[in-house]
Amino acid sequence: MTLFGYRVPMMASLLVWCVLWEIVGRLDLVFLLPPLSEVLSAAVGLVQTPSWQSATVTTLRAFFTGMVLSIVIGVPLGILMGRVKIADDLLGMWVNIFSSAPLSALVPVLMILFGFGERTIVAAVFLFAIWIIVLDTRAGVRHISPSLIEMARSYGASRRALYLKIILWAALPEILAGIRLGLIRGVKGVVIGQLLVAIVGYGALFETFSRNFRMAEFWALTIILFAFALLIAELIERAEAKVEYYAGAR
Amino acid sequence: MRAAVMRKEPSSMPAPIDPIVEVRGISKSYGSTEALRGIDLDFPRGKLTSLLGPSGCGKTTLLKIIAGLIKANAGSIAVDGKVVTAPGPERAFVFQDFALMPWATALRNVAFGLELRGKARAEREEIARHYIAEVGLAGFEDKYPHQLSGGMRQRVGLARALSVDADVLLLDEPFSAVDEQNRRKFQEDLIRLRSNQNKTFIFVTHSIEEAVYISDRIVLLSPRPGRVSQIIEPEIDRSGDPDLIHRDKHYLDTVQEIWQGLKQYAE
Repeated sequence: MTLFGYRVPMMASLLVWCVLWEIVGRLDLVFLLPPLSEVLSAAVGLVQTPSWQSATVTTLRAFFTGMVLSIVIGVPLGILMGRVKIADDLLGMWVNIFSSAPLSALVPVLMILFGFGERTIVAAVFLFAIWIIVLDTRAGVRHISPSLIEMARSYGASRRALYLKIILWAALPEILAGIRLGLIRGVKGVVIGQLLVAIVGYGALFETFSRNFRMAEFWALTIILFAFALLIAELIERAEAKVEYYAGAR
Repeated sequence: MRAAVMRKEPSSMPAPIDPIVEVRGISKSYGSTEALRGIDLDFPRGKLTSLLGPSGCGKTTLLKIIAGLIKANAGSIAVDGKVVTAPGPERAFVFQDFALMPWATALRNVAFGLELRGKARAEREEIARHYIAEVGLAGFEDKYPHQLSGGMRQRVGLARALSVDADVLLLDEPFSAVDEQNRRKFQEDLIRLRSNQNKTFIFVTHSIEEAVYISDRIVLLSPRPGRVSQIIEPEIDRSGDPDLIHRDKHYLDTVQEIWQGLKQYAE
């Protein structure tokens, strides 16, 4: 972006919004929006409280458990759907429905199934993240050039070698894209799950802060969560850039 | 066809000496489309045989059936006297679109056939290096396919096929995705390679000039359904300067004769 002939760095727009937030906050127009500086100092205070630390541990544990499950189940399921027509016909409809359905509505059902605890949160993360992983993996497998498969067969690849040495690698760019999108959806899942259960992790904190109108802490927690989601998306994007060198050359 | 160069009708063809690949009664249909009907062919050991014909004559289908990549509806393929129904170590395939793994270096791509056979890394890489040099790619071992030109990628594909030490090399229009001057160079190299590798080549092409230039034997296929229409053995001396072949009278006559035969299929 250029402004009056000067190159403006990427983060400049963020700075503009931060200043705007600070001004609106200082004007004291709505009590919902305290000045940014207040939110940031609340964030510094917040991360030192034991309640935040234990909530973070609980949240991260549920998030990563749910993500590992959705990757470990989602990637093989996507490969199966990409390779076996019957599996695709049987499951395709459901995966598509779930990937676009308003899943928040299902979280209460999860609560009935898994109780008011961490298991429900894990299930929510799984439910939010897995479908896009399945769909992207399937698309990646579908895109593999048939001659690459024929090559492996003609040089005597076993079924195991075909999957581990060719299919998994050839579909890797799409699999990683699916995981990145899945991670972002997983963050949504963990927050919505915790909010609905309301007694676990960040959900409990959000509940406390908003009930007691502690808006600075509320926003501080929101910013921490956003930062976390962006950070892991960025990490996966780094990994994607590493495989891009061949993805673009296919 | 009354072509002067025509040597043998397939029906009256005496069995050539020592066939390494024997094709017997191969038929193949895709749904209601008949791709190949009753193909009987022998491929002599140590020779380069081209399958030549217009598009739709099933030449690639026949090659993939010989490779064991496609199942025929009827008939059988025997290699060295043994009937085969699946890919095997005595045959190696070179693909039209190269079929290289984009995430692997030239070295690993060339060694991949050996990797699948469980050969130890040091050993297979040594063999791969040898064949990379053999196809004129020494120094490019650590390059990825996208860093190589089309011609170089196909050299990697050829080195991979050579490194598994198969008796029969099956080449599916290997030069069609390579630009013209590289194709000429590649054809010359193939002539040189054949003379120092004791292998049988089966070569699919739609280029008459290419077929006549490199082949000991040309099998002409006619389309819809694919059948053997003619077998030609151009008697061209390829021991000298490869550029002279293009001016050889027999070369020019053979190209002309095949063209006369194939003209009727041109749209």
